[in-house]
Amino acid sequence: MSGVWKVGVVTETHTETASARSILITIPDWPGNIAGQHVDVRLTAPDGYTAVRSYSLASAGSAPQVQLAVDKLPDGEVSPYLVDELRAGDELELRGPLGGWFVWRPTDTAPVQLIGGGSGIVPLMAMIRSHQDSGSTVPFRLLYSVRTPEDVFFVDELRALGASPTIDITFVYTRQAPVDWPVLPGRVNRDAMEASTFAASDAPSVFVCGPTGFVETVADILVELGHNPNTVKTERFGGK
Amino acid sequence: MAVISRGFFGRRREENPDLPPGQYLTEDFPVLSAGPTPVVDTADWGFTIETESGLVTTWTWEQLKALPIEDIHTDIHCVTRWSKFGTSWRGVSLDTLFKDIDTTNEYVMAHSYGGYTTNMPLADLLGGKAWIAFEFDGKDLEPEHGGPARLLIPHLYFWKSAKWIRGLRMHSRDDPGFWEQNGYHIYGDPWLEQRYW
Repeated sequence: MSGVWKVGVVTETHTETASARSILITIPDWPGNIAGQHVDVRLTAPDGYTAVRSYSLASAGSAPQVQLAVDKLPDGEVSPYLVDELRAGDELELRGPLGGWFVWRPTDTAPVQLIGGGSGIVPLMAMIRSHQDSGSTVPFRLLYSVRTPEDVFFVDELRALGASPTIDITFVYTRQAPVDWPVLPGRVNRDAMEASTFAASDAPSVFVCGPTGFVETVADILVELGHNPNTVKTERFGGK
Repeated sequence: MAVISRGFFGRRREENPDLPPGQYLTEDFPVLSAGPTPVVDTADWGFTIETESGLVTTWTWEQLKALPIEDIHTDIHCVTRWSKFGTSWRGVSLDTLFKDIDTTNEYVMAHSYGGYTTNMPLADLLGGKAWIAFEFDGKDLEPEHGGPARLLIPHLYFWKSAKWIRGLRMHSRDDPGFWEQNGYHIYGDPWLEQRYW
């Protein structure tokens, strides 16, 4: 049941960016999860005070080890602890997996267009890994918007995927691009999306995840480009 | 027995009796939507209530705005754990809209432009507890927050307050709507923390 708190043990942490890191957690009674699902994480202070937040999983499948990738919010209560304090050997309480909408299953047959902004890559990474692990030959494309090259999550893994015949990855840099990058930094726009994402006529399943403003912009362009709104799934974070 | 999180002390320690369990306060107004934001022109907008007899009562935008409009000041609570205190809305009470509706069914499915659905007992819409809201904070409701008009049922988690509302259909049973089929609780009382199945 998703409603029961499970105790996991942190096995490893990795720095992803200056403000984010990924956390590997082994949960002995983890039932497995579908790519795109999330978990609740509960922290408890010595006096019993608790704080709970939801985080997308970067991992998918049946293994008892799951991966979170958490970006630190400057005024956050839970994310600074997860990014700066938590370390290997610590116990962590989780509940899940949760959510049955923003998910991709290896049995799905439509082409998949992933569009992520910043830490919005996390649930999309779970889908990419599930796709790779399952041997699915459904074509995947990822459009990944980041401020600078230093803000890319999972950078080595994404670079290695450049050789994969079943996924095509395009980066968009909004503030600062690599030195030899062919286009100036700028936000995702209609031209960039027409040039590098599946057309509506390819009938893709589209998953968009990122800050609210990014998701609103991208989803509006997708509808303008003719995508059926029912094929566009979104997950937003933050206010506006 | 909860696991104590080594090195965690928490920041927001004040006990606030207005904050449901497991929620935190935000000054923001975050957005939770499952897909693109539908564009709905008030010239084409309509709101309907359909009963078990098949009778459909329809209000145009002008007809809705001609009904008694109420000012609503309320706290709102999202299942994703943020709560926002003292929000200000204007809208028409569901008591007004249901005044001449003849139904013996006890459940309602709300339908939105864009295809979203959510379910609730009729009793939760009546008695001064729910509205069709079209203004937030003194301005027309923005599309990403559900404009031109949304359901407002502040005593339930906010996914029940369907954005882009276009109608209510009476049901004899409490059939699950969109999020209720995708992992969220059938009723959604924030004070009982009814988040998930």
